[in-house]
Amino acid sequence: MLELKHISYAVREGDGELGILNDISLTIEDHRLVVFTGPNGGGKTTLAKIIMGLVTPTEGQILWNGQDITHLGITERARLGISYGFQQPPRFKGLTVRRLLTLASGDETLSKDRCCQYLTKVGLCANDYLDREVDVSLSGGEVKRIEIASILARNSQLMIFDEPEAGIDLWSFARLTETFQQIHTAGTATMIIISHQERIISLADEVIVVGDGAIRHRGSAQEILPQILADTLGGCPVLTKEAKAQ
Amino acid sequence: MMDNEIDRELLEKIADMLGKPVGAFNIRKDCGCDGRQSTEHIQILDRDDGKAGINIRIADGTVNETCHIPVIITKSGVEETVYNDFFIGENCDVEIVAGCGIHNCGEQTSRHDGVHVFHVGKHSRVHYSEKHYGEGDGKGGRIMNPQTIVYLDEGASIQMDTTQIRGVDSTKRYTKIVCGKDAEAVITERLLTHGDQVAESDMEIDLDGEGARGRVISRSVAQDSSNQVFYPRMVGNAACFGHVQCDSIIMGDAKIKSIPAITANCTEAQLIHEAAIGKIAGDQLLKLETLGLTEEEAEDCILKGFLA
Repeated sequence: MLELKHISYAVREGDGELGILNDISLTIEDHRLVVFTGPNGGGKTTLAKIIMGLVTPTEGQILWNGQDITHLGITERARLGISYGFQQPPRFKGLTVRRLLTLASGDETLSKDRCCQYLTKVGLCANDYLDREVDVSLSGGEVKRIEIASILARNSQLMIFDEPEAGIDLWSFARLTETFQQIHTAGTATMIIISHQERIISLADEVIVVGDGAIRHRGSAQEILPQILADTLGGCPVLTKEAKAQ
Repeated sequence: MMDNEIDRELLEKIADMLGKPVGAFNIRKDCGCDGRQSTEHIQILDRDDGKAGINIRIADGTVNETCHIPVIITKSGVEETVYNDFFIGENCDVEIVAGCGIHNCGEQTSRHDGVHVFHVGKHSRVHYSEKHYGEGDGKGGRIMNPQTIVYLDEGASIQMDTTQIRGVDSTKRYTKIVCGKDAEAVITERLLTHGDQVAESDMEIDLDGEGARGRVISRSVAQDSSNQVFYPRMVGNAACFGHVQCDSIIMGDAKIKSIPAITANCTEAQLIHEAAIGKIAGDQLLKLETLGLTEEEAEDCILKGFLA
C-alpha cells in the first residue's frame, strides 16, 4: 500500500516560493490501477516523481508497505519494488535493448524468449530490436515502447507510467492498453498511470484529477470522465460560446 | 612461453589468449621472441633489413585463418621500436590479433612503438584487432605509440578495432589507410584515459579509388586529469563515401580536443563528419537508478556500454 501524507513541493522564485504541490494526501491500495489526469502543468508528473524519489518533497511523508521512504534515494526505492517509466526516456550510446531489459529484470541470465515477451507486449519484434542500441537511431515512439518494456521486465510491485501513450501509434497503443489490462487482471502489481487517454482512463479503478498542485476530483472512471469533458469545454471561452450558439 | 602469471594475464587482456593460440602466432616478450608458429598458408619470418620485427606473408585464397602477434613487456626500462609488415594475398579472409601489454613495476619507462604496414591484396578481407593495456605499481611510465599503415587493393577491406583499456600513461597513435577501387575501411577506436594520462590519435583515410568507402567510429572516455586529442581526417579523391563519427565522454578535470576533418577533391565524393563531447547525462543516471543500480553502478554501466 502506498500512502502520501500532506505532500507539498515548492520551488524558489525570485524572493519567494512557488507552490507546485500543496498538501496532497492519498492512499493507494495494493493491485489497484490508478490514473492521474488533469491539465498540463497541474503537478501530475511531479507527484509521480516524488513517489519514485526523483523529486524530494518540501513537506510531507511517503509510506510504502508501511515503511517510511520519504528520505530514501531512488535506488533504494527501486529495490523496494517501485519502478518508473519516463515520459521522455533517455537514450544511451552503446547500451543495447537486450542489456537494458537485462538490467531492468535484475537477472543477468535473462533469456531471449523473456525479452521477446516483454517487447511483444509493446508491439516490437525482438529479432529487430534486441541487439540495437537505445540511441538516436531509434524513433521517439520506439524508445518509448522500449522504456515501457523495461518496466514490464522490472516486474515490480508498483509500476508508475508517465504518459505511456505519448508518441505511440494507434496500433501499438491498442496493444499497450491490453497489456495494462492483463497486468491489472493478473493482480500482481499496483499501477499508477499518468494519462489523458479515455481508453486508459476507462481501465482505472480510480481516477485522480490533479490540477493547480492539488487533487481536484477523485472517483471511478464513470464518474470522472463526464466531469473532465465538461471542464474541458467549460474551460475554453471560445468553445463554450460556439457550443451555446449551436 | 606464457610461463608465469603476469604473462598469462597480459596475453588474456590484450589478445583474449587463454593458452597457445590456434593457427599462426608470434609472441614478442621483452624484445625477444617467446614463441612462433607458422602455418601452411601464413608464414611468419624474421626481417632481413636489420630492423626489429617480423614479416607476415599470407598466401592467396587463405580463408578463416587467424594470426596472433601480441607483444608483452614485463620489465622496467624496456624501450623498443618494432616493424611488422603484412603481405596479404588475393581473395583472403583472415583475422589478425595484435595488442600490447606492459607490466611495469620499476622506476624506468617502458615503451613499445609498433609500426605495422599492411598490403592487402585484391578482394581480401582482414579483421584486425589491437588492444593496449598497462599495469604495475612502479613509477616508471608505460608508453605505447602505434603506427598502422594500410594499403587496400581493389575490392579489399579491413575492419580495424583498436582499444586502449587502461593503464597506458602516454600514447601517440598514427593510422593511415589508403583505399583503392571499391575498397572499404571501417575503423572503430575505443579509448579510456585516467589519472594524468595523455592520448593522441592522428588518423588519415584516403579514399583514392572509385567506390571506396571509409568509416571511422571513435568513442572515448577521459577521466580524472587526463588529456585526449583526436584528429581523424577523411580525404575523398574519387566517387566515394566517407563518414567520421567521434563521441567522447568527459569526466572530472579531463580535457578533450576533437578535430575531425573531411576533404573532397572530387565532386562525386560524399563525406560526413560528426563530433560530440559531453559528460554523462543526468537523466541516464536517474533512469538506471530507477532500475535499482547505485549511482556508481549506473556510471560504470554507461561507460562499459559506451566503450563496448
